[in-house]
Amino acid sequence: MSLSNNNPALQAAGLTKIYGSGHTEVVAVRDVSLSVARGEIVALVGPSGAGKSTLLALLGLIRPPNTGRIIIDETVVFDNHQVKVNVRRFRRQKFGFVFQKANLIPFLTAAENVRLAMEIDDQPARISRRRAMELLEYLGVAERAENLPSMLSGGEEQRVAVARALANRPSLIVADEPTAALDSVHGRQVMELFRKVAHEQNAGVIVVTHDHRALDLFDRTLEMEDGQLRKSHN
Amino acid sequence: MNLATKDIKHNFGRFVLTSAGIGLLLMVVMGMGGIYRGIVEDAVTLVERIGADLWVVQKNTRGPFAEISRIPRDLEDGVLTVPGVESTHGFVSHTVQRDYKGKSLRLTIQGLSWPLDKGLWLPKAAGRGLTQAHYELVADKSSRLQVGDKLPLGKEIFTVKGLTKGMISQAGDSMAFMTLDDAQAVQFDLSPESIRIERMARVNRLFNIELGQIQPQMSERAGGPSSGIPALGTSMVSAVLVSVKPGYNIEAVAKHIDAWPDVSVYTKDGQKQLLLQGPADRARRQLGLFRRLLIIVSAIIMALILYTLTLDKLHDIAMLKLIGAKNSLILGLIMQQAILLGGIGFCIAYLLGQWIFPYFPRRVVLVRGDLYSLAIIVFVISILASLLGIWRAMRADPSEVLS
Repeated sequence: MSLSNNNPALQAAGLTKIYGSGHTEVVAVRDVSLSVARGEIVALVGPSGAGKSTLLALLGLIRPPNTGRIIIDETVVFDNHQVKVNVRRFRRQKFGFVFQKANLIPFLTAAENVRLAMEIDDQPARISRRRAMELLEYLGVAERAENLPSMLSGGEEQRVAVARALANRPSLIVADEPTAALDSVHGRQVMELFRKVAHEQNAGVIVVTHDHRALDLFDRTLEMEDGQLRKSHN
Repeated sequence: MNLATKDIKHNFGRFVLTSAGIGLLLMVVMGMGGIYRGIVEDAVTLVERIGADLWVVQKNTRGPFAEISRIPRDLEDGVLTVPGVESTHGFVSHTVQRDYKGKSLRLTIQGLSWPLDKGLWLPKAAGRGLTQAHYELVADKSSRLQVGDKLPLGKEIFTVKGLTKGMISQAGDSMAFMTLDDAQAVQFDLSPESIRIERMARVNRLFNIELGQIQPQMSERAGGPSSGIPALGTSMVSAVLVSVKPGYNIEAVAKHIDAWPDVSVYTKDGQKQLLLQGPADRARRQLGLFRRLLIIVSAIIMALILYTLTLDKLHDIAMLKLIGAKNSLILGLIMQQAILLGGIGFCIAYLLGQWIFPYFPRRVVLVRGDLYSLAIIVFVISILASLLGIWRAMRADPSEVLS
């Protein structure tokens, strides 16, 4: 059941990202505007080089856009060529990130990887320990809590990465091809997980994917081509 | 959660090996300082142990350790007449090198003024001091001689009666103690052929002068032992050691004797200064230079190790930045590892040194003050070494995770 409310998790308007200059100038994202509501899961599809990952990097405050405006959870974070917030703090409090590779810290156990996200945000160890176990249980990997990432399967690693992304109750989860390294069965399971997270945790989720077989799990699909959003399907 | 210790635990083998490498390097640095301290201690040990208040040596020399000093042995009696002088005895010091049991043996021989001085003040490791006027020897245990060993020196065979500990000359040779007469006999030992030639030369010289022509009976004495010819004078010693009576001003007694035209006088501290300003000073400066170079090399190696360790973690650091980690967390990760590396390396150096240094050919003396100084230096270079890694980590771009 969706817990979606009307507050948008993300609003972006007129985003443009240009790499290089002069003869080497490449417009990776051109005048993109979009909105993702809390509790909504949105797929971002398109051919390679369409600018999906760059758009995700802009939305995740990993790279600054050249122009445009980004509002996260009703806070203006980028406007008029200027970053308006402490990006590092904003990322740890409002964002969850999941990538093609789980990118877990190799010397920390699954539980510690989840706890780390909370302890970075100065949450007490007692609370972070309990929430990490709750999240791992929620995502079905509680029995692997004390295992290092090297002892987990690809699917389990991604579940732990999702748990880490959820740790600080983010407004927005951005995921860049999170199922690319998984087989179709595990890939679909992870996508189902994102849907569950969006609806049950009331977070906006935007997922870049090439996997068209799982598009039925998304509330909305945005198609991107040549740096621009072309179509939107419900 | 401490990321530095978690990372170390995860890569424990590599960390231990790296620490061991740093430890070996620091052990060499520690050893260099210890060798210097050993040289200083060796240089002043004898002066300290003998405890003489004044050293009377040949005029205008810095003897007997800095250069050759030869003064007549009967000067002992002359000095004894000076007001305030309690006792005097001759001092002979020279180095011999012999093959013994198939190995080269170097000994710095010190003559003891028998029977006043039987070497009771020597720090004994085994056996006893001298109990007879001739053919006995007390050697330092660093010479590897054993009590009961028979050592041929000069024309006699000396029996090792006792062993000392820590009696090393400033050149690093083991000391050996025998009576002054024996020490001189060893020092001035000549082969029978040399003695015969010398005696014949004396007889020939006698016949070349008028005295020889008018008193031919003197040729018998001229062709005999040197000790039987009064004109040849008494035997020579390196120095005369003086003890001043309690209540007398040592400087005043020294000034009195120093006024004599044939000798120079040094106080105990003066003699120690001469020792430290001589060969020990050059060794100190050389070792100090090596030590500084090794510290720089250690810092560079530590910096490279920490830089490499940081490069290995660059992706994780980018991920930490991406999920919003503060710079202090990343800085702490690298700096804590650097300090741990330096600290554990220092402990390994100390423990390994305790085990290995006693086998060094030269004495290594670890002084607490030097160890504290080195610990502080290691702490500082650990922090400095981590700066290169921190600089690289601070440049890590969170977007590297996307690639």
